[in-house]
Amino acid sequence: MRFSTLLKNPAEWMRTPGPESDIVITSRIRLARNLVGHAFPGWARKEGRIMVMDEIRPHLEELTEMKDSFSEEMTKLSAIEKQVLVERHLISREHAAKGPGCSTVMNRMQTISVMVNEEDHLRMQAIRPGLQLSSAFRMLDQIDTELEGELPYAFDHQYGYLTACPTNLGTGMRASAMLHLPGLVLSEQINQTIQGANKIGLAVRGLYGEGTEALANLFQISNQNTLGSTEEEIIEHLCRVIEQLIENEKNARMKILEDRPTTMQDQIGRAYAVLKYAHIITSKEALNHLSMIRLGCDLGFVPEEERETINVLLTEIQPAHLQISAKRKLTPEERDILRADIIRNSLNGLTPPDFSSILTERDDDQDE
Amino acid sequence: MNCDVCQTEKATIFFSQMVEGKLQKVNLCKSCADEKGVTDPTGYELANMLAGMGKESEPEKPASSDTDELTCDSCGFTQTDFKKTGRFGCANCYYVFDDGLDSLLEAMHKHTQHKGKVPASFPNLPEAEPVETPSAEMEKSPLDKLSELKESLSKSVEDEDYEEAARIRDEISQLESQLGDS
Repeated sequence: MRFSTLLKNPAEWMRTPGPESDIVITSRIRLARNLVGHAFPGWARKEGRIMVMDEIRPHLEELTEMKDSFSEEMTKLSAIEKQVLVERHLISREHAAKGPGCSTVMNRMQTISVMVNEEDHLRMQAIRPGLQLSSAFRMLDQIDTELEGELPYAFDHQYGYLTACPTNLGTGMRASAMLHLPGLVLSEQINQTIQGANKIGLAVRGLYGEGTEALANLFQISNQNTLGSTEEEIIEHLCRVIEQLIENEKNARMKILEDRPTTMQDQIGRAYAVLKYAHIITSKEALNHLSMIRLGCDLGFVPEEERETINVLLTEIQPAHLQISAKRKLTPEERDILRADIIRNSLNGLTPPDFSSILTERDDDQDE
Repeated sequence: MNCDVCQTEKATIFFSQMVEGKLQKVNLCKSCADEKGVTDPTGYELANMLAGMGKESEPEKPASSDTDELTCDSCGFTQTDFKKTGRFGCANCYYVFDDGLDSLLEAMHKHTQHKGKVPASFPNLPEAEPVETPSAEMEKSPLDKLSELKESLSKSVEDEDYEEAARIRDEISQLESQLGDS
């Protein structure tokens, strides 16, 4: 499959709703694996990395799941193409910066993607819409089982799967979910929530992983410990916490609607106005307003069908996607103009939010 | 033993290196060793010399000049490298640098024993670590254990070893109640 074909198909998770998909955007499982007798990618010489890549890649391409896959060496992709894959969460930012001996293989649906020679020889990922961690795990586990028959995995009965970084030892598994939490942000409970999650061994990060800003009120929550629990236990623990977060987020939204309905209307109405009429818009501003329109969908103020448009836009307005669609490199100013154009076009048919379902009382009528 | 390179002088420097998991040895005389740069701490790769390439090593990976330091025999990674990067060089490093590893893992994961998936091919591998025995015991399914216990119970009854039979009976009832709970 060519890169252009990959681009034309939005990922499965953008198009298909999943369980709890009003709050949980995606569920992802990542497994780290290495081969015995070869230095880990970060320590290996170029020749060693190439040898490992040449050993692994054919087996990946032969998987039934990877029929008609997109498979390419990182050196053969342009900077913008690599960035597009990052924006789609198909490869990591670290992998995008890799040179010879590193490659990426992914299926047509973009539900499975594998990085060869990122921090480990194999980093496999399954991504599914909504809260579907177990199903994502089963999908990836099957591939892992197929591969373990073909490739000599580095494994130890005490330490589990041997990984370059000891933080991934054991299962080598990172389970994560991307959550849309505008209610917790607006009610200023988000920092408390993050600290609480940290205390029970979970990490909360921004949109693009470690060290990135939380844009569009999107947060990734994942397990930190990988050694000492089974894959199922890790997933179950994470799911329980996510279900609690969903509950908290729903309560926060209801509380805002009750206590400050005008604030809620203002945020969503303002987002509608800006997205519909702006001609220059930065990525950050656009993402945050799209988050509010999404919230409007969840609360019934904006037609449900818009959710898919918003999901696609969240990715399409990112810098590399814009430059791919323009077929040339754009200055930040040019990007802001094109971004506004794309958003206005996509939301062309969007009618003004309908707030008739909530009470028309004003916030200032209430005791705060 | 003569030098592998010039074949005339007596070899005085014996050099071995793990290359992609295979041990390679070269015996050199002093002058050939100097010429090939074996004693040069800035880097030397045996595989390259054997292949006749003699290419310079990548600058980010100088061979350690400190011979006292603990070094992975498989990939040349050192303790200092680990302190610098927080990552290991290869799978074998976990056995070379296992001193203090458990306390590191305890702090990181709160556990030191893997509980999850095991590759199907693993229990049978001859080079499996000795730690396998206790973990294999743990992995035995409770149902298997139960039928095993029942077998030994009937055996001890047959042998009229009633003390042992009573002990096994208690163990069985304990296991059965555990199974009933889950």
